[in-house]
Amino acid sequence: MTTRIFSSGIRRREDPRLITGKAAYTDDVTLPGMAYAAILRSPHAHARINSIDTSAAAGMDGVLAVFTGDDINAEFNPVPCAWLVPNSDLKTPAHPPIASGVVRYQGDAVAVVVAECRYAAEDALELIDVDYEPLPVVIEPDKAMCDDAPQLHEDAPNNQAFHWVMTGGDVDAAFDDADVVVGERILHQRLIPNAMEPRSAVAQFTQATGELTLWSATQNPHIARFLTHVVTNLPEHKIRVIAPEVGGGFGSKIPYYADEVIAIFCAIKTGRPVKWTATRSEGYQSTIHGRDHVEDVELAADSDGNITGIRAKVWAGMGAYLSTAAPGIPTILHGLMYSGAYDIPNVKADVYGVFNNAVPVDAYRGAGRPEATFLVERLVDKLANELDVDPADVRRKNFIPAFEDGHDVATGLTYDSGDFAMSLDMATEKIGYQELREEQKRLRAEGKYIGIGITTYSEICGLGPSQVAGAVGFQGGLWEGAIVRFHPSGKVNVAIGSSPHGQGEETTFAQIISHELGVDVDDVNIMHGDTSQTPMGWGTYGSRTTAVSGAAVAIAARKIKDKATQIAAHLLEAAVEDIDYENGNFFVKGSPDQAKTIQDIALMANVAWDMPEGVEPGLEASTFYDPPNFTYPFGTHIAVVELDKDTGRIDVNRYLACDDCGPQINPMIVEGQIHGGVVQGIGPVLCEGAVYDEDGQLLTGSMLDYALPRADMFPEIETSSSVTPSPHHPLGVKGVGETGTIASTITVYNAVMDALKPFGVEKLDMPLTPEKVWRAIHANGKEN
Amino acid sequence: MQVETKISINGKDYEGEVEARTLLVHFIRDVGGLTGAKVGCDTSQCGACTVHVDGVAVKSCTMLAVQADGTSVTTIEGLADDGDLHPLQEAFWAKHGLQCGFCTPGMIMAAAKLLEANPSPSEEEVRHGLEGNFCRCTGYQNIVRAVTEAADAQKEGAE
Repeated sequence: MTTRIFSSGIRRREDPRLITGKAAYTDDVTLPGMAYAAILRSPHAHARINSIDTSAAAGMDGVLAVFTGDDINAEFNPVPCAWLVPNSDLKTPAHPPIASGVVRYQGDAVAVVVAECRYAAEDALELIDVDYEPLPVVIEPDKAMCDDAPQLHEDAPNNQAFHWVMTGGDVDAAFDDADVVVGERILHQRLIPNAMEPRSAVAQFTQATGELTLWSATQNPHIARFLTHVVTNLPEHKIRVIAPEVGGGFGSKIPYYADEVIAIFCAIKTGRPVKWTATRSEGYQSTIHGRDHVEDVELAADSDGNITGIRAKVWAGMGAYLSTAAPGIPTILHGLMYSGAYDIPNVKADVYGVFNNAVPVDAYRGAGRPEATFLVERLVDKLANELDVDPADVRRKNFIPAFEDGHDVATGLTYDSGDFAMSLDMATEKIGYQELREEQKRLRAEGKYIGIGITTYSEICGLGPSQVAGAVGFQGGLWEGAIVRFHPSGKVNVAIGSSPHGQGEETTFAQIISHELGVDVDDVNIMHGDTSQTPMGWGTYGSRTTAVSGAAVAIAARKIKDKATQIAAHLLEAAVEDIDYENGNFFVKGSPDQAKTIQDIALMANVAWDMPEGVEPGLEASTFYDPPNFTYPFGTHIAVVELDKDTGRIDVNRYLACDDCGPQINPMIVEGQIHGGVVQGIGPVLCEGAVYDEDGQLLTGSMLDYALPRADMFPEIETSSSVTPSPHHPLGVKGVGETGTIASTITVYNAVMDALKPFGVEKLDMPLTPEKVWRAIHANGKEN
Repeated sequence: MQVETKISINGKDYEGEVEARTLLVHFIRDVGGLTGAKVGCDTSQCGACTVHVDGVAVKSCTMLAVQADGTSVTTIEGLADDGDLHPLQEAFWAKHGLQCGFCTPGMIMAAAKLLEANPSPSEEEVRHGLEGNFCRCTGYQNIVRAVTEAADAQKEGAE
């Protein structure tokens, strides 16, 4: 009898190596003869390089080589952008691995030193003499498009990287006819993702065979292999990329970076394995940032509160170059979500991608969808304020009615399944919403200020159908490969193309195999991260690993079951249609005591002494799963904050997350994803944000200066869930990696604005630090 | 300047000539070959490199190896007792107190000293006690649960 394993919060199988310090991340890899690379980075945000003198550094003891842009750019191609959003006049200025002639952000690579140890390599950087001629700088995305703004790239006039417009319905007519229009300017500050493991790469090139091995802290080793080929011209079958243990990513380890290319170049040129590991402060200048939106947003409604239109003009900072997926984030993953959880007939997104003298921007947890949810839910709250009705009631009035098998929204997407009213009811009931509103009224009378914020969201994940990926300009597919292999002893290897780095799929995918085939989870080994051992797949991001890669695993397992049924029928001398299956046992209908176990069948399939006519030996199946649609998790989050009017301090007193990601394979892991996502989303509301000065100097250039959420900032996050299966997914699952972040930023922001209402404060730019809140309270001099 | 340095790590002596500026964390990782202590920042904020030096929790990036000369250091690799997981390791596993695992060694080493100082901490005290350690995956909640659970387990073990 197999224990019920699906929907069970079993302990993670990856943890023993992690809690004992035995797990090996990229920086823990040491190879014989390994040398170390350190990269000289520009101190200027924009400057011409008149000359570089590397002679003193090259002559230092322990230094093996020094390379500049002239060396690497002569042999390697520029680092490409891989999301070429169509119909947007996209400009893709070349991004050389090491700057050539001009540096365009503080942190742009200028030279690299390879030395016997990391200390020597860093010493040598100080001996490189670079003559810079500073150029004018622009940081704010909207200002970068003004006529007199400094130009970053000759081939991108006005610093415009692209202009993308999405319309659904007739938005202008909706605004012309509206009884009520509300709007505001929203700023999403730049965020620094801060995965705990700094980025790292180890490159080893074997001259004799022409083979390159790259250990890399990446979320997608197969993409990294392909792009290594594109940049270096090495043949792809001679390239092996290994993502060993990876210490978080949150999107920041999706992109293919110049730094990996530099490490590869150094390994080829010196004939030594070369390790490069970013320091944290170096990472702040060279690992992608997130968000950086300036948005003018508006909502149209009738006097009853029925929403008739939403439109937004967005300036999205791209940084100095287009990172791997950058153009797709503020467009496809943002504008297409303007319907949120509502039936809004008319929508328009008008998005400018803008080059600015800052670190390139790319996907950061949620990637475009937190910003979309923010603007929709902010506008819905403003509408409620304008009409003086409860924010929950405005939401209920406008929700898409419950649907189980597809609902088209004006942006052109077809949501798979959802029940937003149920979700809101569940959350308001659980937190005691009416009582909270009464308490709020009572406390205000006592001079105490709490605020309540509600968000009901729909999000898009499980990226995605490859045909759609192609149509929206993603330069790859979005399917996932899986191979399930039974060994003679009945143990199972599962090789997957995706690359988990903390999400726990070594456990959940073993649960899928156990659920489908009745083997013990401890008899299943999930292999990932090494391109030489795994089938092709596009990686772990966009809440897609369980939704896409997990589906591939389930389908491969079902192929195994079909073949096992054939073998069982043969061994039991019965017809295939007479075989029943239960918990890993195959038996003739009505005779469960005469069963063949999956292990019996695995042994027979592998020794193949007595196989059915025409059936090949082995018990192995591979699948390449291309999803027919995206998946659309949804939910409602409610936050209660308390404002200290004397200090401006905001405390989050309660936070409730009610999420629906379909059936949960491992509820413990699902809850963990929500906890982490919620906290990551609250950080930017209360404390986080990258700050550049007008010269393009990153003032928040270290962990000392950039305010990350700490353990003592949060209450216990309350969680609850509903289960609405995806109609098109083999297991019904949707994905949960980003829901917390997508919902929590606006939930807490709206709660703070609710608390500030008595003071007449209607808008504040994040982060809502005590000083900013205090000033806003006192600027209006109003307190009712 | 090279300095002869000898440090006992997890009960075994490691000695060698190191540059005077070598950080303790680099000595542990490069000379000791013990990579459980992680380097997560360069400003002593993140706590991923936390180890015990003569029984005190120390961010090993804030200390030079030569300052630790003659001391006895315990790292995450030395925490389990003869293969039996420490109650904190057990609790982090049971309560899903880790995801990517990079902060975990430092988090556990910091929590161990927190519990020595305060065997029955409230949730608030755990949160306050761990504010010197960053985690980006868990939102801290299951870490707090794990530390509280380990405190209970240690008390039961002592009874």
